[in-house]
Amino acid sequence: MTDILTQTALSEVRTVDPDHLAGAPLVLAQKVEKQFGTLKVLKGIDLAIPKGEVLCIIGPSGSGKSTFLRCINQLERIDGGALWVSGERVGYHREGNKLYELDDAAIARQRRSIGMVFQRFNLFPHLTALQNIIEGPVQVLGEPAREATARALALLERVGLADKRDAYPSQLSGGQQQRVAIARSLAMRPELLLFDEPTSALDPELVSEVLKVMRDLAETGMTMICVTHELGFARDVGHRVAFMDQGQIVELGDPRSVLVDPKETRTKAFINAVRH
Amino acid sequence: MIAESDNLIIVPRRHFGRIIGAAVVCLALAAIVRAFAVGQIEWNYVAEFLTVQAIMTGLVNTIVMAILAMLLGIALGVVFAVMRLSANPVLSMTAVGYIWFFRAVPALLQLLLWFNLALVFPTIGIPGLFSFKTVEVMTPFVAALLGLGIQQGAFTAEVVRAGLLSVDNGQYEAAQTLGMTRLKLLRRIIMPQAMRVIVPPIGNEFIGMVKLTSLASVIQFAEILHSAQNIYYANSRVIELLIVAAIWYLVVVTVLSLIQGRIEAYYARGVAAPAQR
Repeated sequence: MTDILTQTALSEVRTVDPDHLAGAPLVLAQKVEKQFGTLKVLKGIDLAIPKGEVLCIIGPSGSGKSTFLRCINQLERIDGGALWVSGERVGYHREGNKLYELDDAAIARQRRSIGMVFQRFNLFPHLTALQNIIEGPVQVLGEPAREATARALALLERVGLADKRDAYPSQLSGGQQQRVAIARSLAMRPELLLFDEPTSALDPELVSEVLKVMRDLAETGMTMICVTHELGFARDVGHRVAFMDQGQIVELGDPRSVLVDPKETRTKAFINAVRH
Repeated sequence: MIAESDNLIIVPRRHFGRIIGAAVVCLALAAIVRAFAVGQIEWNYVAEFLTVQAIMTGLVNTIVMAILAMLLGIALGVVFAVMRLSANPVLSMTAVGYIWFFRAVPALLQLLLWFNLALVFPTIGIPGLFSFKTVEVMTPFVAALLGLGIQQGAFTAEVVRAGLLSVDNGQYEAAQTLGMTRLKLLRRIIMPQAMRVIVPPIGNEFIGMVKLTSLASVIQFAEILHSAQNIYYANSRVIELLIVAAIWYLVVVTVLSLIQGRIEAYYARGVAAPAQR
């Protein structure tokens, strides 16, 4: 009850960005740039992702796809352009024509509504599967432990790991760990889920169990951005596919047109290289 | 080719070197025991003074001082380790300076400095608000606590820093992604994992601290060695009372070692048990 009240209060307090229009996309990127030292990793990314969309980003390593993902939840700070999530400017607070950098607490608050699943799972090794899942809701959202536990058990059930509630991450296979990690993100009731090559660190036979959970999730209408090498998943589940290379979105469209009948030569070359 | 019969007998290899070594060690031990037995030690005095009031008070003071100085050291160590890893150069250089100074100056010298602080600052306090005579504030207890705790902080800071660095960067990112602020992230996610690396050396240092408190006897703090000395100044049973003190140090350190093992096991949870070696 108090939880719902705080949530409403928070959303009312949120300053509406002047650029924000009704029906705006959940994620909006305008000319996003990022560089590490002298290396330009993102060279002006423009992208609009409506609520409920599953966007798959493919591309060679070093193309900037993971970096773009990490910019969305501020694990990296952008050097140019602008990003909005849920109509709220990422990392800054605008007053007139000035952008004020957000403080630690405000950045943390923005991250709450964005879940992220990592290539290397990053479960907390000192906590059990159940404790991993309730950590965010209890510590960050202030949810009562009993409520959080009930929800966590339902989530474990949903990812097919109800019997692993008391297992430590080291006692789980890679695929099981990744499914717990997905449950952990979901426990925060995110508006947006980011997947950073979620199956790349898995043994081949464990990939499908994670993809299945992601498929189920996509069907519930969750907005997802998936950086992935699984072209089959991108084709079947993605509403749109973006091909990135050298810090730019080279091609963007529905999965069939990008993956089966690409227009750009770089896209063709990449897809052929991955297929063979 | 000779056919092997089924009833060959295996003769175990004889380790002559080990047998000789063991024999030499046994002889040496026997010699030491005999030396103490026939030496000028009145063991009945050891037994008599083992539980005497002054020794018990000294023992309690030793334990209390070791715990308080260690707590001060850990608190300072955590603060300075976090400062050391800060992106702010003023904070990190301050931490570097603290660690440099208090690790370099001998503990005994630091105790003497604190105890004699009144020579530099006759009064301490905030001007206009309050002030005290330094001599009255800087009792042997306070001087020992500050001297031991602050130098311990310098060592602990390095241990804590190593622990924090041992935690994978992905753990910071996962916790940030959940919307944790920096302080919560350190407390809930990073420190519990760093503890696995931090506890063994801290346990070691705690044991070192128990023994380091004996330095405080120099500034008249009534810990166990000081009590033992006070008694033997009166009755001249020097060795007997030193043995009494030694026995109590052994007891305390043994108990601490057992506790350390328990704590290590607690923080190792979630990590596969290492193979028995």
